[in-house]
Amino acid sequence: MRAIPMHLGNFFGWSAMLTRTMCRQGISGLAILIVLLMLLVPSTLADEIRNPFSGDPKAAKAGEFEFRINCAFCHGLGARGGGRGPDLTRTHKRHGDADADLFQNISQGIPGTVMPANGTNGQGVGMTDEEIWQIITYLRSIQVQSPAKPIGNAAHGKELFYGDANCSSCHMVEGSGGRLGPDLTAVGTARTVDSLVGSVRTPSKRLAWGLTETTKEFAQEYQTVTVVTPDGHEIKGVILNEDQFSLQMMDTAEHIHLFEKDKLRSIQKSRDSLMPVYNSTILSDVDLDDIVAYLLSVGAK
Amino acid sequence: MIPSMKKLRGVWLLMLIFLGFAVATRAQVTFERLVNSSSEPQNWLTYSGNYAGNRFSPLDRVSTANVNSLTAKWVYQTAATGKFETTPLVVDGILYATAQDDRAFALDARTGRPLWLFQHQLPSDIRPCCGRVNRGLAILGDKVFFGTLDAHVIALDAKTGNVIWDVAAVDYKEGYSFTVAPLAVKNLVILGVSGGEYGIRGFIDAYDADTGQRKWRFYTVPGPGEPGHDTWEGDSWKIGGAPAWNTGVYDAKTNQLFWPTGNPSPSNRGEGRAGDNLYSNSLLALDADTGKLNWYFQFTKHDEHDWDATQVPIMLESGDKHLIAQANRNGFFYLLDRTTGKLLSTNAYARTTWSDSKDAEGRPVPNQQSSPTPEGRTVCPGALGATNWMAPSFDARTNLFYVTAREQCDIFSTAPQPYEVGHAYYGSAYFPSDKAEPYWGALRAIDPGSGQVKWEFRHISPTWSGVLSTAGGLLFTGDAEGNFIALDAASGKPLWHFQMGGAVYASPMAFAVDGKEYVAIAAGSSLYAFGLP
Repeated sequence: MRAIPMHLGNFFGWSAMLTRTMCRQGISGLAILIVLLMLLVPSTLADEIRNPFSGDPKAAKAGEFEFRINCAFCHGLGARGGGRGPDLTRTHKRHGDADADLFQNISQGIPGTVMPANGTNGQGVGMTDEEIWQIITYLRSIQVQSPAKPIGNAAHGKELFYGDANCSSCHMVEGSGGRLGPDLTAVGTARTVDSLVGSVRTPSKRLAWGLTETTKEFAQEYQTVTVVTPDGHEIKGVILNEDQFSLQMMDTAEHIHLFEKDKLRSIQKSRDSLMPVYNSTILSDVDLDDIVAYLLSVGAK
Repeated sequence: MIPSMKKLRGVWLLMLIFLGFAVATRAQVTFERLVNSSSEPQNWLTYSGNYAGNRFSPLDRVSTANVNSLTAKWVYQTAATGKFETTPLVVDGILYATAQDDRAFALDARTGRPLWLFQHQLPSDIRPCCGRVNRGLAILGDKVFFGTLDAHVIALDAKTGNVIWDVAAVDYKEGYSFTVAPLAVKNLVILGVSGGEYGIRGFIDAYDADTGQRKWRFYTVPGPGEPGHDTWEGDSWKIGGAPAWNTGVYDAKTNQLFWPTGNPSPSNRGEGRAGDNLYSNSLLALDADTGKLNWYFQFTKHDEHDWDATQVPIMLESGDKHLIAQANRNGFFYLLDRTTGKLLSTNAYARTTWSDSKDAEGRPVPNQQSSPTPEGRTVCPGALGATNWMAPSFDARTNLFYVTAREQCDIFSTAPQPYEVGHAYYGSAYFPSDKAEPYWGALRAIDPGSGQVKWEFRHISPTWSGVLSTAGGLLFTGDAEGNFIALDAASGKPLWHFQMGGAVYASPMAFAVDGKEYVAIAAGSSLYAFGLP
């Protein structure tokens, strides 16, 4: 592309400039037509996107290498889910399971989640379209066709969640519950059963250390912090965010506090979660299965 | 009449000479200006600010005494996404820089208002390893130069952004790209290639600045019959990697380039490429006119952890000794005699678990527990290294070498992978260890003579920002949370900060226009310039 001289004072950014240049090159008519077509018949077009390697074991093997390099960091070796990414062997995926959905999610990322667009996570190399299809072929080769039998009683799990187990004092599901811990509405699809059970039995075991900088806008670890204010008040809660000079936190009564660090008497961070340890005498294995079943049923919606 | 005509002619001649001189110094960036860059501290003429690579600005009006009143002067937004890694150049009031997706632009350096914009049209199937990034331009004469993600080298007219020449260095489809800011030397534009994750054969190129004709190419992996070829097993040299993706330095007295190189391919699996794998992870002393190798020093032999040695080296003078120092990605600080390439000293400046001993030359050698396995082994530093491409700085007055360090350990596991042209070729994967502490970072001040860390300024998470030192007794750096921070260069005490609202993946620089000093850095998708009120 040639240089674009700035003749006029107004500068509306690159997109306007590029559109102008595209118009000059006669691309715009075609581009607009394509966009209009896509808007009118999205499903038809999406249906036409098919994996060219479907069922090819050689492509699946190549996809496994690509998966290890590009995806396993979050989704785990074997795609059964890591501390961050969901289990991809399940056929139910929150953001779609059609070939077109998978291709879209891998190449463009999933807005509002930490799933980055292809080549932008700062650690793997970007993949070609062909390599993305190989990964999809690999995922198809390992997906679990029939869902595992329900592990518990979801209805009873919901009763426990909002009742005796006290989960809802700190966690929200579908807009109802507490604020101190993470919203668990989507956790059923985002995490493996093992990691859900592990989070309840040993909540201080961090399953998601190792964020890369590009995905680390917020401290998503619900790290415990205790600060002492200039007038001697001790406040305990979780870190909402933090940088070199400031700290944003929520205390156990769900009050938000905004601090400049150099004004505080002390800041004590801890890797011990504020979430109590639910051992099997407090919460039986059967009851925990029911709660997990409830979370899976919500996540599957 | 005749005498007065003669007199008039003389005046005209004088005026012409004067005018010609004035225009030449305003518009033309000559090689002599690049050599003597310290005599025009208001300008920032090369990626690292000068040929020595020290990213030290002689500007001193912004100082420890007044930095607490520093304020944002302007912000320029690229309206692009992805990491914005550029270091701008400034020449006589005009700022030149690159941005994401191979954009380049020129701004009024006082106001941030654009003069021209250029975007190279990239094909859809480029092979960047680590984002659609570019780290900057070189300037020479009336042209600016940059390398692109589809492995082109482009010269733009500095006044308009018009393309003067555009050459394809190599076929990008084989995994080659450019992200480096080139270095202009004499009439040459010098740059090294990226692609260590694709099984390329690395090289450093020199192009005629006027025509774009390639004058020399140094292959960083020797071919058959060349010295060092026998450090590769079988045909592994053909896909041996050793890219050269960061900007080297230049010694005008000896007409030598000192250019660092990156990892052998595949990056994390040594199987199949037995040997030292020259000249991967090395510092190369090259004759600037011919590209002939004078000496080399290999920091990490037969690397299996992706520890590119591509960090900017810095030339230092100590009495009559001509030295060169590098804080290496493998966690060690190296001091070399740059006349001979001999290692003088080395010391760890970050947590390292891969070496317990040194060889006869004093080079740290790997231990048995560091080699990756299929099950995986935890090694420090991690895959991104104890530092990376973020620029270091050296201030001769404090005699401290400043480096952005990362504290991160990773599990390295091998994954045998066949080579395919243009496909990612790691041979491995890496993961954070569940047991590992959260990653963190620090700006560390190293005494280059002893290699000892004198102090550190701790970052709450690792940052990809480099460091600028200034004659005002200041250091500038950025962090992953978006802060731009000024510190006392002697003690590391933070003196001022500004929240820019986007993570920093760039190194700061300084310039002045009309006697007013500025410090600039890219953050998020914006370029910020700060100055006194």
